[in-house]
Amino acid sequence: MPDQLIFAMEVFLNGLMAGVLYALVALGFVLIYKASGIFNYAQGVMALFAAMTLVGIMNGQVPFAHLINATFGTHIHKFGWNVPAFVAIILTMGVMVLLAWAVQRFVMRHLVGQEPIILFMATIGLAYFLEGVADLMWGSEIKTLDVGLPQGINLWIDETTFNIFGYGFFIDNLDLVATVIAALLVTALVAFSQYTKQGRAMRAVADDHQAALSVGISLNFIWIMVWSVAGFVALVAGIMWGTKSGVQFSLSLIALKALPVLMLGGFTSIPGAIVGGLIIGVGEKLFEFAIGPLVGGATENWFAYVLALIFLVFRPQGLFGEKIIERV
Amino acid sequence: MFYREAGDFKTSYTDDSQTFPIKFDRYRYYVVLAVAFGIIPFVINDYWANALLLPFLIYAIAAIGLNILVGYCGQVSLGTGGFMAVGAYACYKLMTSFPDVSMFIHVILAGGITAIVGVLFGLPSLRIKGFYLAVATLAAQFFLVWLFNRVPWFYNYSASGQINAPERDVFGIIITGPNAPAWATYLFCLIFLAVSALIARNLTRGTTGRTWMAIRDMDIAAEIIGVNPLKAKMSAFAVSSFFIGIAGALFFAVYLGAVEVGEVFGIQKSFLVLFMIIIGGLGSIFGSFAGAAFLVLLPVVLKVVGVDVLGWPTDIVAHLQLVIVGALIIMFLILEPHGLAQLWRVAKEKLRLWPFPH
Repeated sequence: MPDQLIFAMEVFLNGLMAGVLYALVALGFVLIYKASGIFNYAQGVMALFAAMTLVGIMNGQVPFAHLINATFGTHIHKFGWNVPAFVAIILTMGVMVLLAWAVQRFVMRHLVGQEPIILFMATIGLAYFLEGVADLMWGSEIKTLDVGLPQGINLWIDETTFNIFGYGFFIDNLDLVATVIAALLVTALVAFSQYTKQGRAMRAVADDHQAALSVGISLNFIWIMVWSVAGFVALVAGIMWGTKSGVQFSLSLIALKALPVLMLGGFTSIPGAIVGGLIIGVGEKLFEFAIGPLVGGATENWFAYVLALIFLVFRPQGLFGEKIIERV
Repeated sequence: MFYREAGDFKTSYTDDSQTFPIKFDRYRYYVVLAVAFGIIPFVINDYWANALLLPFLIYAIAAIGLNILVGYCGQVSLGTGGFMAVGAYACYKLMTSFPDVSMFIHVILAGGITAIVGVLFGLPSLRIKGFYLAVATLAAQFFLVWLFNRVPWFYNYSASGQINAPERDVFGIIITGPNAPAWATYLFCLIFLAVSALIARNLTRGTTGRTWMAIRDMDIAAEIIGVNPLKAKMSAFAVSSFFIGIAGALFFAVYLGAVEVGEVFGIQKSFLVLFMIIIGGLGSIFGSFAGAAFLVLLPVVLKVVGVDVLGWPTDIVAHLQLVIVGALIIMFLILEPHGLAQLWRVAKEKLRLWPFPH
């Protein structure tokens, strides 16, 4: 087999893995969009916030240490203990539920019935707010996150492919773990929304707020639940990305990368988010591999958006989205 | 007491359809213009020009441009930074290729080039709507920034990849480069802002503006009553990008002087201008001014209060600024979706009746 083809195959596989990570972020968007019709721009910052909180709790950092020190002239930074990863994850989840409650109580409740675009802009505001709070709470320096996930080259794949092609593929263990976790997460979410009482209630709310209210479903509860679930997805995505590339501001930019994923897959479809993520992941890696060197590289910055843009012109609802019907 | 229409009789159609029909408004407007053109240039110094006035003037032009697209035509765009970059680089290429031509012409041409690019990226708006379009404009943002970063022709093969504004003058007065006097740069931007605002105000009052607003309020209904969506949307994209391009050209040539595209015209800039029009008021020219002034002032005030008075480190103040801006955006959307402009309108209504409430 020619070398170029083998390289392309490796790039393809790595693209699939990157796509899974995009899909993880996109999932959070889809959940909130389906349940409340809100396009939550803050999803990426929620992932950043979750990852920073997790690191902060694990290292026993004092929240708002910088602010407290600057105001009172003290020099506190750490409590002096380390929390095991598992406990820290549960505590962080608690913080995310609190956040969900706060968002619902102070923002979304007051914006019920507004146009989608107003809600979208409100979530941009929320994203700025959260980012500022996260930086104030835990400091803005780059942190490493290690919750004990395996990392580094997968030797088994390296060896097997070396025996077959005479060239060992580089696949990161972390990406494999991410794929498994993403698969589990999607299965769990689908099962949750199809087979549990709360999941059905969630779908009912998504279908028609008023009808759901009239059969006795509490909108408040459902929305807090949805934002909590989205917070959970953000936490998972935050852990994956944080482990991969460190917890830093650029984490919130992956949210922007998730947007074209959503547009390809359709805003309302969980399988769409997965397929869209894979297409974008593979597409941008292969494009960078094939065309990138010709035009100066770093095409990953824009390829996803342009692909989504071109795609949307031909199919505005995305691959799996519900058909858009407009009435006057 | 002072602010009233009573006794202000209109005797001709021109009187009736002028930009500021109420006498008090009109005089206030003349006073503002007189102060801006006649007094400030004589008292201005470098600090005031660079910290407050130039950014305000330039952002106000960009905000007017974006407001036409988002506030009047309802097409949300997150590509402002990219379009400003087009204006900046077009201006740079023109300045270096034709050194003898007046800067006025360069800046206007840069606006024209941006308008063409804007229409190109606006074409998908005929098919896709709402925040789908917002995301599609992100393609413009990222693609354009990448293009200016990677294609050496745009930055004249300079080693640093930056663009630097060479010294150019208008009627013998230097207005770009480090030797430009503050009053000249200020006046240059002010002229553009005044003319832009005038054009925008009159466009939005007339037929064009009404078709834009019809598209914004409900595009299908507008189509049925005979508004041509192609013409309306494309003209909105063109006019909006024209102003944004001018703002980008001024931002680069007059205000900063040297630009690294990823830093200056990144996605943050798009959001900044979007926030200006949300806080200022969607669908209002005055709102664009108010929003630009507010968001230019806010960091300066925060810095003075936080760093100089309270003695906090600058990074904490920067983070606080994010929190405050985010909270303000949400507050405005909840309490006053029409922004500062609406507060102003309410205040005027109250003034009209004052001091007799009935």
